[in-house]
Formats: sequence, C-alpha cells, structure tokens
Amino acid sequence: MTAPQLLVHEKKDTVGVVVVEGLKAGTDMLCVVTHDNSAFHLTSKMDVPIGHKIALVDIKSGDTIWKYGQDIGIAKADIAKGEHVHVHNAKTKRW
Amino acid sequence: MTEIAMFHAQSAADPFKGGAPDQLVTKATPAKRASLDYAKATFRGWRRENGRVGVRNHVVLLPLDDLSNAACEAVAHHVKGTMALPHAYGRLQFGADLDLFFRTLIGIGSNPNVAAVVVIGIEDQWTNIVVEGIAKTGKPVVGFGIEGNGDIATVAKASYQAKRFVQWANELPREDCPISDLWISTKCGESDTTTGLSSCPTVGNMYDKLIPKGIYGVFGETSEITGAEHLCKERAASPEIAEKWFKMWKSYQDDVIEAHKTNDLSDSQPTKGNIVGGLTTIEEKALGNLEKIGRECRYIDALEPAEAPAKGPGLYYMDTSSAAAECVTLMAAAGYVIHTFPTGQGNVIGNPIVPVIKISGNPRTVRTMGEHIDVDVSGVLRRDMTIPEAGDALIDMIVRTANGRLTAAEALGHREFVMTKLYRSA
Repeated sequence: MTAPQLLVHEKKDTVGVVVVEGLKAGTDMLCVVTHDNSAFHLTSKMDVPIGHKIALVDIKSGDTIWKYGQDIGIAKADIAKGEHVHVHNAKTKRW
Repeated sequence: MTEIAMFHAQSAADPFKGGAPDQLVTKATPAKRASLDYAKATFRGWRRENGRVGVRNHVVLLPLDDLSNAACEAVAHHVKGTMALPHAYGRLQFGADLDLFFRTLIGIGSNPNVAAVVVIGIEDQWTNIVVEGIAKTGKPVVGFGIEGNGDIATVAKASYQAKRFVQWANELPREDCPISDLWISTKCGESDTTTGLSSCPTVGNMYDKLIPKGIYGVFGETSEITGAEHLCKERAASPEIAEKWFKMWKSYQDDVIEAHKTNDLSDSQPTKGNIVGGLTTIEEKALGNLEKIGRECRYIDALEPAEAPAKGPGLYYMDTSSAAAECVTLMAAAGYVIHTFPTGQGNVIGNPIVPVIKISGNPRTVRTMGEHIDVDVSGVLRRDMTIPEAGDALIDMIVRTANGRLTAAEALGHREFVMTKLYRSA
C-alpha cells in the first residue's frame, strides 16, 4: 500500500492528521481512515507540518470539530476544506 | 544479514543524528520472540522474599529527607553497584501530604526491582518509619540517623552496610518467571497527534493481550482524561468503581485545576510541546491518551497516588499528575516494575529503579532523537505496520527489558525521581 499523507481516525471526523514531513500546499493527499482502512483523496491548501490537522470539510466558526469520532473543541473562525486546523482557529470547550 | 552485521550496519549510521533504534538487533529475534506465544513467554527475574518478581537488582541509598541526600550520595560514590535516590522533601510535611510522602518512600524501597535498602535520615524516628515499612517485604533494610553522629561517621557506618548488601545482592540467582509476574505501568509524555494514532494504541494492544494472561497494569494522569472522561468512566469494571473514579477526576478538576488556575489553562494543557506537535485542545490530547488502555480491558480499581493495587491481577487506575516524572515515580512506588512510555515529540524521562521503555510513532522524532526510543512504531503511520504488530514489538521489548536489556533512558542515565507534593509544608 502506498504510504498515506493524511490519517483519519473515524468516518465521522471533520479533521485528519498529516503523517509525512514537509507537506506542501496543493498536494493531492492519499487519506486513510484507520477505523476501516477506507481511502479517499483531498488537496491540501497550505503547507502543514507533520502531526498537524487538516479540515476534511468546510467548517464554520462555532462548529464542533470531530476527531476519534468525538468532540475535540470548537472552531473560532471559518475553516475551508484542505486548510490547517490548530490553535489559531480552534479552541477547547473545557477551559 | 547476520545479527552482528546488522549491529555494525546500524552503528555505522550517522551516530550524531541519533539513528534508528536497535530494536531489531537482538539474540531474541526471531525464534525467541516472546510475542510468538506470550502465554508461554518467560523472563529471568529475581523473586523477592514476599513472592513479587523484580527485573532489576538495585541496592538503594534512600534519603529520608533533603538533608540526607549528601550522605546517601557519598555512600553511593564509595560503594560501587549502589544507587542514591536524592529528592527534595521530607521535612515538616503533615497530614495527607505526609502520608503520601511515606507511602512513596516505603513503596520505592519495597519495589521488587530493589534488592536491599539503606535509609539515611536526619533523625531516627521518621527514618525508622521508612525502615519498618520496607522491612514488611522481608528484604534487607537498615537505617541510620545523622543527628549525634554527623555526616562522616554516618557515611562510614552506612558504607559498611551498603557494601555487605551489594555483595549479597550480586549473588542472588535469577529464575525463569512467567510473564504474568510482570507489573507494567503506562503514562505518555510530549504527546502529539502521532501518539494517539500509533504509540498509545500500541500500549493498549499490549494490555489487551497481557492483562488476560494475569499481569498487573496501571494508567493515570487525572487532568489528561479531561475531554474523554465519559469514555474513561465507561471502562470501569463496575458502576461502583466508575463512581469512585469519577469522584477522583471531579475532585482533581475542582480542588486542583479550578482552585489554582490563573487563565484558561490552554498554556499548560496541552503543553507547548504538544501544540508544536499538532495537538490543539485538552479533549484531543485526552482521547489520544486513553488509547493506552486498549479496547478490551476494564479497570478494576481506582487507586490513590502510590497506593499498591490489592484486588489481584488486572488493569488499575491511579490518581496522578500528568507530569511524567511524578507519575512514573508514583507508579514505581505502587510496585510496578516496568514502565511503557509512548512519546510523540520525544520525552527523555527515566526512573532510577524502573526501566522506562519509550515507544514512538513520529518518524521525525525517531530520526532526530532515536537514541531515546526503544520501540519504533512509525510504520503504523506509513500503514506498513498494524497496531497488533506494534503491540507484539512492544511485548518483545518488555521481555527483553525484563531479561536485562538497558532501556534508552537507563543507558543515558535518566533517573528522574520526583515526589508528588499535595500542599506546602508546615
């Protein structure tokens, strides 16, 4: 199997994790859902470091962000599909 | 390639870039891999007077208090093969904080990785509390008070005793022990998104395989369950244990986090290192953290910090800080003999008496600081290694470690011994 650029935990998730170093904007990423090994393609809109997240869908400010099939926080800005998701546009709901 | 050729090939790789872990270079590969049949896997351990089995054979100089560190270090310098465990506390503590202090010191001395103990304290009474606590295991232990003697006479007396202990301990035979004699703890550190994808589920897979074979396990990190507490509560073995656990978690939230916070904690949990690694929120971090308990295991009790498990083999929860050295020290004090430590960005922690096995799935960390990593599971991210295969690789490394292989942290001299303090001293 070709090594994927992006791994997604669950089908329900709205973000995936970059698992290669030096990912560039415009890359046609092979994305794999680890839960069922299903695959899809997505184009990155930004350079994103390994371990950081990319939006799988258009996320609106105030939307819940899903990873592991669970609520991991809230979007603080609109995030387009393929964009970097991190502390600049997402936040915890806990503290 | 032969084993020795593999060893030379790996040694020839650029030594200044860390290099790949040597997990493949072993007398145990492939025919003796423990994971081929972990139900029948054995290791060579030291069975102690109380029946527990150690994987190390330390003779420890244990200071009762900060004032006695110098004497303990002097003895350890004088008598080879012994080890001093300097720490910062032991004076004017009281109440629950003092109870935890004694439980930790006595627990460390009682750990089966320790063959014998010399305790040195500024005065005799608290010194004797620690000596008597450790003596319940049946192992050799003596104490010395400094007051009325001074450091030099105390070091002389303690050195004679330490020399006797080390020569006795070095002749203790090892015996074949079933894998069920292992007590294996876990806590992750410098986590990132790769830990939730690879190294934490690797530990979870190990527990799913070995807990049914009769080992003791433990996880903790109370503040780092926040965001996954609904899932953690569901993993208790009974509604009573779930409620006991939830009270611990809620009390940490209310009495520690809420009582002392000065901001929204986003600067501390996740840590700066977590954020560099791609973790955005505590919920995301907690969900990755909880991958360490696998899919099948249920925890059978929720322990106080440093409390020894008392309900037989199985998985336990322990109420601990998420700071690595504090957590590993508390688990060592509860009697765990091997620690499994997933890391993403590269935490370098060790413990003086318990071997800490590092597991990383972050290919950059394995490349840039491979000398700290014992088990490379970065293949999970490339999809050329499955989680069950990663779990087997960890089980192999656990048995090799039990048989004497020094972990990266041991080889590099990491001996972080940090006691948890509940509040200021009197």
